[in-house]
Amino acid sequence: MKPPSFDYADPRSLEEAVSLVAAHDGEAKVLAGGQSLVPLLNMRMARPGLLVDIARIPRLDRITEDGDTLAIGAMTRQRDVELSETVRSEHPLLHAVTQQIAHPQNRNQGTVGGSVAHADPAAEYPALALALDAEMKVAGPSGHRKIRAADFFVSYLTTSMADDEILTEVRFPKLLAGSGWSIQELARRHGDFALAGAVATLTLDGSGLCSDLTVALFGVGATPVRASAAESAMVGEKPGRALFEKAGQAAAAALEEPLADVHASSEFRRHLAGVMTARALAEAAARAVA
Amino acid sequence: MPAKRQIALTINGRVYETEVEVRATLVDLIRGKAGLTGTHVGCEHGVCGACTVLVNGRAIRSCIMLAVQADGADIATVESLADGDKLHPVQQAFMEEHGLQCGFCTPGFLMSVCELLDRSPDPSEEEIRDTLGGNICRCTGYGPIVAAVRSAAVKMRQARD
Repeated sequence: MKPPSFDYADPRSLEEAVSLVAAHDGEAKVLAGGQSLVPLLNMRMARPGLLVDIARIPRLDRITEDGDTLAIGAMTRQRDVELSETVRSEHPLLHAVTQQIAHPQNRNQGTVGGSVAHADPAAEYPALALALDAEMKVAGPSGHRKIRAADFFVSYLTTSMADDEILTEVRFPKLLAGSGWSIQELARRHGDFALAGAVATLTLDGSGLCSDLTVALFGVGATPVRASAAESAMVGEKPGRALFEKAGQAAAAALEEPLADVHASSEFRRHLAGVMTARALAEAAARAVA
Repeated sequence: MPAKRQIALTINGRVYETEVEVRATLVDLIRGKAGLTGTHVGCEHGVCGACTVLVNGRAIRSCIMLAVQADGADIATVESLADGDKLHPVQQAFMEEHGLQCGFCTPGFLMSVCELLDRSPDPSEEEIRDTLGGNICRCTGYGPIVAAVRSAAVKMRQARD
């Protein structure tokens, strides 16, 4: 099992990377950490004409606080996010989500931008991006633009970035003061892709009722999905076990046909989506400070 | 002609300057060019952990890293652990606690554990299991391997004090 032949470039500037990608007319593939791409090369499921390795471009691996946002450079290793004191204190949900990604041996090499751009619907970062309404900053031949998460994930392994665009930064909004949060997922083995999972954030108002809340599900469709049915079931209500279960059931019922494969049937994934939603909401509510 | 590139990297303290096909994986360079066959190739898609080596001190899967990505890097393989006939404390602990049977997966486990104990000399049970989750063993079972990590951690701490 060996990769097919391809050309390789490791540009030292973003401009150079963008022009290489643009010049290859859809035949180029951006290489970040390679934790998804290199297995696909080994199995020859990907056959790019040119790999553009962005690891040697300076300043693409920074974690920066920008007001209410934590800006993570696309080449930031997942492990560096996990070990970052800034992330741990300023964005505990991002820290917790990162720890759910594969294994330490993958996180050492895998990147934030790689995971988001690869857009596996069972991956954690895309769901977090959707839950938080993160912005993806991309560079292309005509400059930079930002794409909101809701407009970014189009289908299975497909984003709204053009062929000649490169993801440079993921901008995760910080949680509102007092917000509770949770990530829940079920996998066959620790570190496997989730069969289904949920990311939730929740704020309580002065009377202890649920106000701002977001739930995003992963592993249940062609993209991560917002569980709006669960969100509206919760708003203005007093948190409690019956409510979490009702919200979970609403989330599960609202799903289009979840993916069926050798690991889980569609019905099982639908069931899990409800259970993960209820658990995530329960944990988020317990962490929220009114 | 497959594309090639000249790279330089350090493996176990020795500098290798060599031309590689750009499609070659790091493990193919380690085994083929450097002749260090202690690093094993299992699944070749980043799942089993048999090929785990340290790159700049971090455990990574060398079957899903291209050799060109490691240009300039400092690599440590299982061959770097023992000092002649004297086993590394992690190797010694795997032997004493029966942390291996056939041994195919062991080089990968050892390198994962070396990174863990380097960063976290007194790891929690959860940390140990999270780390070992990245390596698959098909014959020993994980109980003795967890015991080996605990034992190695104690001995390495004692040796430092």
